[in-house]
Amino acid sequence: MLATRALSLIGKRAISTSVCVRAHGSVVKSEDYALPAYVDRRDYPLPDVAHVKHLSASQKALKEKEKADWGSLSRDEKWKTVVGVAMFFIGFTGLILIWEKLYVYGPIPHTFDEEWVAMQTKRMLDMKSNPIQGFSAKWDYDKNEWKK
Amino acid sequence: MASGALAKPQMRGLLAKRLRFHIVGAFIVAVGVACAYKFGVAEQRKKAYADFYRNYDSMKDFEEMRRAGIFQSTK
Repeated sequence: MLATRALSLIGKRAISTSVCVRAHGSVVKSEDYALPAYVDRRDYPLPDVAHVKHLSASQKALKEKEKADWGSLSRDEKWKTVVGVAMFFIGFTGLILIWEKLYVYGPIPHTFDEEWVAMQTKRMLDMKSNPIQGFSAKWDYDKNEWKK
Repeated sequence: MASGALAKPQMRGLLAKRLRFHIVGAFIVAVGVACAYKFGVAEQRKKAYADFYRNYDSMKDFEEMRRAGIFQSTK
């Protein structure tokens, strides 16, 4: 009761095809309250309503096929194309990131140079930072090399 | 219906059975994780520290660092 009154407030534009049931009444006589209702709320953007109530012949046939083992469906009816397209766009994003690194970002700080990092590592070992289980624990001070 | 009768399915105590299974399992997992941590992490760490400090000479360590030249307060 409340639902139908609320829906008539929303207006016809916001109502999906299956909910034309409530606004138009002429399409289907009985309202199936057992099925999920349409809600027009920003915090519930995709209501559980079946997208199309009156299936065409080919769609009905597809629904029948769906009830059987899905392995028997043809490739087109599977979701592999969705995954393929998603991966394509991820790859494209990778290209954008490469372009960004080349043309947008400035140079990295000089403290990343190999020489500097070597000097930094030596100083850390001289200071014996984390000598028990951490950094310096992995250095062999007698042989002057990393422990095997 | 069928000529061979099926066994009567479990009708009662389904929740109790599930709870018992999961409580026992959760207990075992929790105790197992705790033991693994105690043995693999805590005891290992204690041993590492004990081994390090058993024959540790702090003055020798300090001299090595001083000779390496990292201090600002002394050469």
